[in-house]
Amino acid sequence: MAELLLELLSEEIPARMQARAADDLKRLVCDGLKAAGLTFTDARAFATPRRLALVVDGLPVAREDVSDERRGPRIGAPDQAIQGFLKGAGLASLDEAEKRETGKGEFWFAIVTKKGGPTAEALPELIDAALKALPWPKSMKWGSGTMQWVRPLQSIVALFDDKVLAGEVAPGGQMAPIKFGDATRGHRFLSKGAIRVTGFADYTAKLRAAHVMLDVAERKRIILEGAEKLCAGAQVTLRVDEGLLDEVAGLVEWPVPLLGTIDAAFMDVPPEVLIVSMKTHQRYFATTTQDGLLANRFVVVANNVTRDGGATVVDGNERVLRARLSDAKFFWDQDRKVRLEDRLPALKNIVFHAKLGTQAERVGRLAKLAVEIAGHVPGADRGLVEQAALLCKADLVTGMVGEFPELQGIIGRYYALSEELPMAVADAIGDHYAPAGPNDRCPDAPVSIAVALADKLDALVSFWSIGEKPTGSRDPFALRRAALGVIRMVVENKIRLPLRNFFKADDLMAFFAERLKVQMREKGVRHDVVDAVFALGNEDDLVRLLARVEALQSFLGSDAGKNLLTAYGRAANIVRAEEKKDKGLAARIAGAPDVVLLEQIEEKAVVSALADVERTKGPALKAEDFAGAMAALAVLRAPIDAYFEKVTVNVTDRPELRLNRLKLLNQIRVTMDSVADFSKIEG
Amino acid sequence: MSDLSPAPSRSKGAKPTCFQELILTLQDYWAAQGCLILQPYDMEMGAGTFHTATTLRALGPKPWYAAYVQPCRRPSDGRYGENPNRLQHYYQFQAILKPSPPDILERYLGSLEAIGIDTGLHDIRFVEDDWESPTLGAWGLGWEVWCDGMEITQFTYFQQVGGIEVDLVAGEITYGLERLAMYLFDKKTVYELPYNSASSEVPLTYGDVFLQNEQEQSTYNFEHADTEMLFRHFADAEKECGRLIEKKLPLPAYDLCIKASHAFNMLDARGVISVTERQSFILRVRDLAKACCEAWLTTQTAKAA
Repeated sequence: MAELLLELLSEEIPARMQARAADDLKRLVCDGLKAAGLTFTDARAFATPRRLALVVDGLPVAREDVSDERRGPRIGAPDQAIQGFLKGAGLASLDEAEKRETGKGEFWFAIVTKKGGPTAEALPELIDAALKALPWPKSMKWGSGTMQWVRPLQSIVALFDDKVLAGEVAPGGQMAPIKFGDATRGHRFLSKGAIRVTGFADYTAKLRAAHVMLDVAERKRIILEGAEKLCAGAQVTLRVDEGLLDEVAGLVEWPVPLLGTIDAAFMDVPPEVLIVSMKTHQRYFATTTQDGLLANRFVVVANNVTRDGGATVVDGNERVLRARLSDAKFFWDQDRKVRLEDRLPALKNIVFHAKLGTQAERVGRLAKLAVEIAGHVPGADRGLVEQAALLCKADLVTGMVGEFPELQGIIGRYYALSEELPMAVADAIGDHYAPAGPNDRCPDAPVSIAVALADKLDALVSFWSIGEKPTGSRDPFALRRAALGVIRMVVENKIRLPLRNFFKADDLMAFFAERLKVQMREKGVRHDVVDAVFALGNEDDLVRLLARVEALQSFLGSDAGKNLLTAYGRAANIVRAEEKKDKGLAARIAGAPDVVLLEQIEEKAVVSALADVERTKGPALKAEDFAGAMAALAVLRAPIDAYFEKVTVNVTDRPELRLNRLKLLNQIRVTMDSVADFSKIEG
Repeated sequence: MSDLSPAPSRSKGAKPTCFQELILTLQDYWAAQGCLILQPYDMEMGAGTFHTATTLRALGPKPWYAAYVQPCRRPSDGRYGENPNRLQHYYQFQAILKPSPPDILERYLGSLEAIGIDTGLHDIRFVEDDWESPTLGAWGLGWEVWCDGMEITQFTYFQQVGGIEVDLVAGEITYGLERLAMYLFDKKTVYELPYNSASSEVPLTYGDVFLQNEQEQSTYNFEHADTEMLFRHFADAEKECGRLIEKKLPLPAYDLCIKASHAFNMLDARGVISVTERQSFILRVRDLAKACCEAWLTTQTAKAA
């Protein structure tokens, strides 16, 4: 058993691409090994800013010959088929093939023998193929070459069984080939010269000595532990941000967390501004005090161990942050000199969308729509809703949002507060983009709900009206997210909003239905139950719709529900089978059965039970007591069971009787389907 | 206090102490790397990339190593001299190495060492930053280089220029000189930067040289530039550029493309171009740049063949 070690050293690989590239390298090489008939016990891939590495354990040193049999066309098949077969099997003529009787006739067979031999001979080609197939999200050529890689590729370590594999990669042009070797390099600044390695254990040990931590999990652990230790020393708490941690771990081969201080002059700027500025511009971690407020310390992760213990690095980073934050503070101070209301005219200069006019026009629509929605939101004061809707986009023309677009809304809220506008208005401005995703907080204050709903419904209706509907792969205006936001706000706050009042387009309603289905499926609601309720159609009150889904799901979970479903199934199956045989039947069995033709007591019992159901279900549905409506259906079960036991439906000699009995079965179906379409339920 | 001995001249290997020494050091360094030291292009442009030594020379099969300082004009970035680090006129130092040599990053790091950034004390990072110029129809992959969290260089491997895929990939290294100098000389505002050595006979700051210029040019750019004239200049340049392309004169044609681009930047700063118009102006400049690049390329391949 032997080990394969592969390392691709390049110039700095973007952090966001590293993990995926390591996985792809592993997948491609492993697939190649399997295709070549090479077994192995384990494969692990690694990525740092400068290298992808792969180790495969337990490979055989040599392979047996493998013979592969291929069946070709029948003897005497057209020449075209014969030629295709020969070409595919790599044979020169039929002399090299054999005839064989298969029981289904005589066929040509090709026996192709793949030569075995040392594994080391098979690997270079396989590695070359994997490198060529590796899919970088963005790749480039360099020098005079034609090869594509994420950044210039510098060297390749390829060792099998501790020996260098014979192979190379040619970048093309006038460039020297990159020969497989046993030499790599350590950290860009903390290591000098080439490092020769003999195998994976030696490789990782020597890299560590050369200040490279190969495993991203270890780099993340060192960053977290180091950062937390620094924070503990300063009596602050690290604000762990997983996305940032992933990115930072991809920017360093040797992480060195350092603690810096935010200049006191900036601590009155809103914490969101400081956090965003530190994260997006500088990749710093923020910290909090014991009472959860933003602390004046930050953690920066350096990629270098410096002579002065990081003093210069911290000093430099603090200076950069000061420059960044003085911009932010400048905006904070300047912006507050102009009231949000006085910024509204400037919205006329911002185009929302070429076909949908300016932000000023949009705000006009929002205000109208939000007030209309407010009528359906208990506790939403129309005056406050209108004020909030009019001001909600005013921060788009502030300097701060110009600099930090991701703070839109949040900044508007701060400015509204500093103007001493009503808290509900400020909060609605701050909340009106929410929820931004399934895990984002959903607005729950009445004024906020009205404005946030208006923002999303206007976007949906407007983009719909100009034909900008999302497709499977394209949703540039995030309309799926908008629809999901509407659904969450309506459902979580139990807002009785008749969606049909706000738009006419049927396919927009269908779009909502589709989103709601997806969302419920994710919550583990049975998809057939959802379908059964949606099949009723015409429901635009999501709260009522969900109540029905819930009632149906729990009804079907009960014995009464399960048994009734069985009975329904029997009735529906017979009707369906008969309808299949006789195209015109459906029309003839519509409507109530003829009482005169009810001969058996079991028939009469079903009719009377159906009448009972009709009496109780109506009021229950009206009162939105869906559990009650389902329970009312349950009384059908015993009479239906007795009916099937005693009554023959397809009486051959009396067609009028048969028709009447089918009418009765159909009536069972119709009555039950008015509560939910039981035909959609899977047994 | 007067010192009668003459000011010491800059000695080889000494670290720069002022703005002009920073430029001289970078020039010396890249000259030693085999680069031609060119002078700034004599037209208003938004970035050093617009210099023919980059845009046009990046195309075609001929190797090209060059370095130069380029004044950049970005009318919208003017702040009347009141912002510590935003200017409507500033300098870039640009080195372009085509084809990019395998050790180009090591050479670049050598330039940092030369200007006094000791990698034993600082934290240098290469952070993904892909570059695209919509007006030049150009893009490349690379990084912004961070020193202790501050962007000090833009590094790009050109892949396409004027919509044309390059034959040989150029590595383009762009230093924002003012920002770099503020970092090296520990100044909070650009205007406090020592322009020449503090020990020279007439020591002057960056502000002494450029503050009034920033104030006046910002006033002109934002308040007084005659927009009708600028629209006319744009149209004239566009027309003349097209005419020269037909005459197979890519270099003068390209000058007019630069003129059109600057007129557009001025109009943009005056806020008279709407969002939709903006896109169409960018496309018009790109069409000019593309045509110039294509015309230039035919002169290059013809000679090479």
